[in-house]
This record gives sequence, structure tokens and C-alpha cells, in this order.
Amino acid sequence: MTDTVRPGIEPRPARATAEGVTLVEAVRDTLRGEMRRDPRVVVLGEDVARKGGVFKATEGLAAEFGPLRVLDTPISECAIAGAAIGAAMMGLRPVAEFQFADYIHPAYDQIVNQAATMRWRSAGAWSVPAVFRAPFGAGVRGGVYHSQSVEALFCHVPGLKVVVPATPGDAAGLLRAAIRDDDPVLFFEHKWSYRRHREVVSDSDDIIPIGTARLDRSGGDVSLITYGVGVHLAREAAALCSRRGIEVEILDLRSLAPFDREAIARTVARTGRALIVHEANRTMGIGAELAAFCADELFCDLDAPVRRLASQDCHLAYNAAEEDAVILDAAKVVAAVTDLAAY
Amino acid sequence: MSASPETRVLSDEDHLLLRIYRVALVARAVDRQLWLLSRQGRAGFVLTARGHEVAQVATAAAIRPGRDSAWPYYRDMAAGLALGVTPYELFLGAMGRAGDPHSGGRQLTAHLSSPRLRIGSVSSAIAAHLPHAVGAAYAARVLGEDSVAMCWFGDGACSEGATHEAMNLAGVHRLPVVFVCENNGLAISVPQSLQMAVRRIADRGAAYGMPGVRVDGTDALAVHGAARDAVARARRGDGPTLLEVVVPRITAHSSQDDDAYRSDRERAAAAARDPLPLLRGTLFDRGVLTAEQDEALAAAVDAEVVADEDLAAAQPEPEPGRARRWLHAGDEPHRPAPMLERHLAWTGVFA
Repeated sequence: MTDTVRPGIEPRPARATAEGVTLVEAVRDTLRGEMRRDPRVVVLGEDVARKGGVFKATEGLAAEFGPLRVLDTPISECAIAGAAIGAAMMGLRPVAEFQFADYIHPAYDQIVNQAATMRWRSAGAWSVPAVFRAPFGAGVRGGVYHSQSVEALFCHVPGLKVVVPATPGDAAGLLRAAIRDDDPVLFFEHKWSYRRHREVVSDSDDIIPIGTARLDRSGGDVSLITYGVGVHLAREAAALCSRRGIEVEILDLRSLAPFDREAIARTVARTGRALIVHEANRTMGIGAELAAFCADELFCDLDAPVRRLASQDCHLAYNAAEEDAVILDAAKVVAAVTDLAAY
Repeated sequence: MSASPETRVLSDEDHLLLRIYRVALVARAVDRQLWLLSRQGRAGFVLTARGHEVAQVATAAAIRPGRDSAWPYYRDMAAGLALGVTPYELFLGAMGRAGDPHSGGRQLTAHLSSPRLRIGSVSSAIAAHLPHAVGAAYAARVLGEDSVAMCWFGDGACSEGATHEAMNLAGVHRLPVVFVCENNGLAISVPQSLQMAVRRIADRGAAYGMPGVRVDGTDALAVHGAARDAVARARRGDGPTLLEVVVPRITAHSSQDDDAYRSDRERAAAAARDPLPLLRGTLFDRGVLTAEQDEALAAAVDAEVVADEDLAAAQPEPEPGRARRWLHAGDEPHRPAPMLERHLAWTGVFA
């Protein structure tokens, strides 16, 4: 990647204003920009053309680029992923949309057995420069099939990159990076965050290198390492903790595979306390790997045990109370921070 | 009564049959050596084309290697040879040698892959490549190329969801794909009657709005004619075709299969439908080839194939520390074993 690099890890609080764009608008604008820039970029998926996507992430693209470059497909997730792979091998830069991450599972074989292995198994001869986009995450009362967090399933697979933007600006910079990447990238957009925040996103052509974290907030007491909707919960919790005299440092990983080891090491060196927060359920999750990394590599910097805060190991209900009982909120984050700070 | 080969002027059809026969003969010779290597413990896993060769070569001969894309499955060694893969490469792969141009020794035998020849990477996962072929056809349309994607698979692959999804997507968008089902009636041990409730796989074309054509896969001219029609149809924008070629599976599924689920009679019936003697007989009948010429041809093919095997066996294994190379972009390129002029002499004769 030779494109302009945006500083990745310096404090850069997002400017949340009434102006600017939402995360989903940033995705749409970036897709449009990339399709204008590069005629090889195509979008395919269910409802992406006539409707412009169920979340409107592809709104207006078919009108501008036509129904071939913005392809409405049958409800066939395996074929969406597989066709994206074949098209990528033949020189396109496909962006495949899965309507919900919950429905990416029929495409799992294609992404894991095919996209992830293609370069390795052909001794570097073939590449799959495709992006697999999916809205994910809970808190929208979507029930078990519109709420899942599937990122850990893909992070386990060699050959895949997995990114999760939390802010409109990061969505834009990371999506550009993903589309221009020569390898397959999973791009997960938390649907609860789609329209809750606005941010002025520059029209620049900057990319955010995959694998770089962003320091979202500085603070000396506890490092809160998170991504996706966790960033927003962490911001809310950090404001509450600050009133109690606990300063939280928030590290937004942005990329999960690869993840930014140096950035984690830096923040843990500053605070000596690491709390890993994610909405995906706990067992065998991202947090387990991050905690193991801290234990293996950062042991001498730690003043307290590494802690994980994650959703319970359970499916997510349509019933609000039952969903809320399983997933995270700011109060649960505050409690975990307070507990760790007191250790 | 046929004219003597010395005096007869060969027609285009004669030339075509002779070429198909020659490549099928090479495939059969490679196949025989691969089984030997397997029994000697020098090749780990052998997937064989025996019985399918003529159908594979006759279909592959209908596309333009390196311009049309080819999406074979693991039994398609002969299709690969027809497109320009060499026996030397197949032996490098079978023995897991570093210089194997298809996978650097990483994939099982006959798992072809060649961007140069536009052969997609074969996966052991059944039917996973059908959507790739459809994506390649979609890419051709987006890029304004006139290329066609030809995709081979077995009868067992017809039961996979990916097959339905790929054919449906290709049918909806009238994409330039030729689906070639090599129906040998067995998916390892499971017969077609337990794999699907229809007798003619070609009938399924109707469900995807595409013609379904069924031909005897041991009849080189019938297969080639049907493949040529399907390719022409795809190229002029009329959409995909499902071509079913009915072939015998003469050996076990693989070197790891005992074939014990078939009776002696069933195995003998498959062997009796061997397309090579059939095609040889046709060539004799047409006066294209004499028995003496055939013997000389077979001897020359055998000698070349064995020489290729010996040369491949002498090539090095991957160097230590290579295992994680090419997981991502940016690693130093693979250096395939160099090809000699003679390696190319017997294959890719339809380019």
C-alpha cells in the first residue's frame, strides 16, 4: 500500500457534530469514491442496486454506475462470496455485501476455504482482492438473526484481514484501504453505530492502514482496549469514570486481524491496567487472544490482572430485557473499570 | 473401407480426433505413473482421470487457453493437459516438490492452478469452484472481454448448494459460463440414484433457464461438438449451458479408496467403456492412424512421461522456513521449476 498514511495512534478525538456524515453514509460515499476512482471496483449482494441496500449503504450507486457494476444477486450468500472471489481473480475489486453478518455463514466456506487459502495454496500466483462487508452487532432488537458478532470466527483464519470501524472517518479510511488491499478483507460495520453519530469526514483520499489502532482518549489509570460499538460504550463510561477520578485511556483497535500489538503495548505501559471490552461473547473470543498477548508480552508492565468484559455466552433475544441482560452497556463498563482501577 | 494413412488427406475432424487422442494418451500414461508412485510411497495421494480423459480433452479443446478461463476439479488432469499443463508439472505436484508451478507442492495431486493459462486453483472442497467460474464470467462482462468460463465438476458436486447457487446466478444474469458435469455415476461410493432423484443431470438446466445437453462422454466428436456449441452460445451473450458428459470411472475414487463397494461386474462394465480404445478404434476406422503408428506414438509418450517423472523426482523439496510464505501479498515470488521445450511438446495442442 503506497497511499497517504493518516497518523494512526496519536490522540485524535472525533468531532461529533450535527454536521458531517454518519457511519453508513461514510461507507456509501467511500464506495462511490472508490468506484469513480477505479473501474474495477464493483458491488454485489442482495438488494444493493434497486433498493440501495437494506441499510442504504449502497444508495445511489446503481443509478451512477449501472446495474452491472452494482449487481443485485439472488439470495445466495455462497455464490455472492464465490463470485466475488472468481471476479477478483480475474482482475476486479469486488465489494460483496452480506445483508447481515448473521447471514454470512453460508459464505463461510467460500471465505475461509477459498478466499483465505487462494494465495497460499497457489504459491502466491493467485490473489483475491475482495472485500466482504457486513453489518453486525446487537442492541437493535433484531433477535438472534440480526444481532450476531461473527468477527472472531474469521480472525482465527490465516490469510484473512478483519477490520471493524467505530467512527465515520475510520469507516472511510479503512474501507479505502480494504478495497485497495491485494488480499481478502472482512469489513464489519456495527449497525447500532450506523446512524447514531455524525462526524466530518474529509474528502481526502487518505487510507487508514489495516492493522493500526487509534488512541481514542488519553487517560492514565486504565487502558480500555476495544473496537466497534465498544468504543462508544467506552466513551460514555470514560466520562462517568472521570467524574469519579478514574481516567480511562481508550484504544480503538479498528483492525482485529492483524491487531496493533505496538499500540496495545504502549497504552498498557502507560496505565499498567488492561480491560478488554467487546460485544461479541466471551469464550474463545477476541479478548482471549488479546489477554494472552498482554500476559505473554506485557507481563512486566502490568500492575493488575488483564480483565475481559464481553457479552455472555448466549444467543440474543428479540425481547429487550433479555437482550440487554446478555450484552454490554456503559454501566457494565463503568463497573469493570472501577473494579480494575481498585485492584 | 478406409484409405491408407499414407495416402489419405486428413480432415479437420481427423486432426481434432488425433489431437484429443494424443493428449488423452499422455493423461493415461501420467495416470499410470501416478498410481505407481503412490504404491511406492513416493506420491501421497493420487486422484485419477481414468475414463474421463476423452471427455475432458474434448471439452477443453473448445476454449482458448489463457483467454477463456478454466475451472477444473481434482479429476481434471486431462483437461489441464489439453490446456497446456505438462506432465512434468503434474509429477512435481504429485511429489510435493518446491518448484511445482501450481501450488509449490502444497496441494494434493492434480490440483491445478495457473494464472498464465487462466486455470483457477483447484480446491478439494467439492463444487466450491462453480461460483468462482460464475464470478470470472461476470468479470469478463464488466471488463468488456469476450472470454468464456468453462467449469468442470462431477455428479457428486451436483448435490452441493454452491452448484445450485452458481448456476442460478449465472442463469439470472445470462453469464458466459459452460458447466461441464462429468457424470461417472459415483461420488466415491454413493451412486447417482442416492445422490439425486433425477436420472439426467442435464434436466436440471431447465431450472436455471439454460439448455441442458447430455452426451456420451466417450464419444469425442459428440462431446466436442456440444462443448463448441455451448462456448459459442456463451460468447455471443446467450448465457450459460449445462453439459452432462456420461463417463466411466475405471479406477477407485483415489489412491486412498479400495473401490470395494463395486462388484467385479460393475468394475468390468466401467472398464469396457474405456474411451481410449474406443477412440483408437475410431482413428483406425477412419484411416487416421495405423496400429504401427499407434504403438510408436504410445512408446514415445511413455518415454517422455517417464523422463518427466524422473526429472521431477530429482527436484528439491521446499526449503525450511517457507511454510508461511504467501499467506499475504508482499512475499518474494515463487520460482517454479523451469520448463524444457520437450515438456510442452505433448500438451496444449489446441491453443
